[in-house]
Amino acid sequence: MNLFNLLRIAYRALIRNKTRALLTMLGIIIGIASVIAMVSLGQSSSKSINDQISSTGTNLIMVMRQNQRQGGVNIGSANVQSLKEEDVTAIMRKAKYISMASPVISASGQLVSGSNNWPGTIQGGNTSLLVIRKYEVASGTMFTEPDVRAAAKVCLVGQTVADNLFSNGENPVGQTIRFGRIPFKIIGVLASKGQNQMGQDQDDIVVAPYTTVQKRILAITYIHMIMASAMSEDVAPQALNEVEGIMREQHKLKAGQDNDFQVRSQQEMLKMMNSVTGFLTVLLAAIASISLVVGGIGIMNIMYVTVTERTKEIGLRMSIGAHNKDILLQFLCESIILSLVGGVIGIIFGLILSYAASAALGWPYMVSTTAVGLSFVVCAATGIFFGWYPAKKAAALDPINALRYE
Amino acid sequence: MNRIIEIQELRRTFQVGSEQVHALKGISFFINEGEFVSIMGTSGSGKSTLLNILGCLDRPTSGEYFIDGTAASKRTKDELSTLRNRKIGFVFQSYNLLARTSALENVELPLLYNSAIPSKERRERALHALEQVGLQDRLHHMPNQLSGGQQQRVAIARALVNDPVILLADEATGNLDTRTSYEIMSLFQKLNAEGKTIAFVTHEPDIAIFTSRTVQLRDGHIVRDAPVTPKAAAESLAALPVDVDF
Repeated sequence: MNLFNLLRIAYRALIRNKTRALLTMLGIIIGIASVIAMVSLGQSSSKSINDQISSTGTNLIMVMRQNQRQGGVNIGSANVQSLKEEDVTAIMRKAKYISMASPVISASGQLVSGSNNWPGTIQGGNTSLLVIRKYEVASGTMFTEPDVRAAAKVCLVGQTVADNLFSNGENPVGQTIRFGRIPFKIIGVLASKGQNQMGQDQDDIVVAPYTTVQKRILAITYIHMIMASAMSEDVAPQALNEVEGIMREQHKLKAGQDNDFQVRSQQEMLKMMNSVTGFLTVLLAAIASISLVVGGIGIMNIMYVTVTERTKEIGLRMSIGAHNKDILLQFLCESIILSLVGGVIGIIFGLILSYAASAALGWPYMVSTTAVGLSFVVCAATGIFFGWYPAKKAAALDPINALRYE
Repeated sequence: MNRIIEIQELRRTFQVGSEQVHALKGISFFINEGEFVSIMGTSGSGKSTLLNILGCLDRPTSGEYFIDGTAASKRTKDELSTLRNRKIGFVFQSYNLLARTSALENVELPLLYNSAIPSKERRERALHALEQVGLQDRLHHMPNQLSGGQQQRVAIARALVNDPVILLADEATGNLDTRTSYEIMSLFQKLNAEGKTIAFVTHEPDIAIFTSRTVQLRDGHIVRDAPVTPKAAAESLAALPVDVDF
């Protein structure tokens, strides 16, 4: 029998029972739709996280203090004083892949302006800190090199700090706030950046010259961290190695000796986040594919019942000349058509669903062609796998008994 | 004359539990082209078994069976299927039409299992077969929109569509009232007059009178095989009182 006749027979048999065909397909539709939606949403969320991390700069490289042990006592990283201003100078002088570097020193305390106060962190850096961290000045100006040299008591505030300290809406620029006992003159307000991927408010920040924080607030000689920018995203890994080399040289570490600092890049962060969202996507898709299996079993169930119900029809087809193989292929075709048509409807539903969900969550809309293609293959496989047994059963019927079946 | 059907010493034995049941105990006969044979017998006489073998649905335990000159007694299942598709037209007691399928599509069905026939020819032959049974104005009716007699006509058209060497009717009037039975028998007589060979299995003597030869089976043996002068079904139909249906 040729394929065209076979498809015609299977199609006619299905169309005779539209409601049943549709209900049978429902399982597959739901299964495929949920797999597509889950995979698409997973990709959307990782794209959204990627975008957010990129907005903080994927070329960001951080040198941090390392936990250290002294005589068996882990003294943590907070008390480690290994990072110095000279390290920053050395990086700037020697590194080929680094465009900018800034020391970072942070101090927490209460910010006071008139009757308002707000718990804040002052982050001290040099003039390139804002560029490295991808902040922009909304109004006012950034502090200058002379300000850094003079440890000037000036600062820029983030939007959240400005809103809380100046709740009546006056312009913060030019105002003076107190950090502890030290008065700071606000010379600029930072443009709002919103929350980062960890849910931290990136506008809850005060930026001042690092010299001011180091000498006037904390009275220390070391620095907490170094933030640097790689020339570009592409050379970030080289920049990372380069910085590590310079730092080891700077700290006079011998070969084989552990680093007394840590170098981290935003790209590593990105990788980590991607592995988390990737895992979640796989997990959700796995759960969704359970419904796909249930849908497949639904097809098998209906096809199985159908074979019994259509025994007489099978007997008739055999009596007018259908070979066993024809009957087998007809039932197999029916289940494949059911699962493929169900799959296509499911894909459409899944795409609509993921579009709606990513629109509602404000995520970028991603269509996973792999997921769509794979769903199609899975559908066909489901049809064959779950259709085989009932089809086999139908083909094995004896025409005489099948014709007499009531 | 062409021998359409020839059987020699045909035996069929069934194994029922530990017992052997001999349904056919060595029967021989032949049917020539253009004959209208009724195969009669009570239930248990072996007529259904004989019909199954004649219809290539079953294989004899021993003996020979030739249909249209082809030996059919030792064929594989698939070869038997092809024989049924090309040589035999079945008409069943309960019509066995596919539900929710138009008359035309029902009639086309046997040709779908013959890949040598293109779809245009399939359609033409189905139309022709429906014309032969007088249903040319019911092509797109579903079985549930047709009366019993009309459904049986569709079934007869389906049996005719592959141009079989023999029509095998199994109690084809068993579900019909007298008037409709006579109409169907009249149709069979018309087809026979046009040259179709027909074997008609029945247990009703008043249906067998419309055939030209009666083969009587009892307990697996042929007890009578005699030509009869067929009564014209059209006459019987005309003789029926008008209110017989009511």
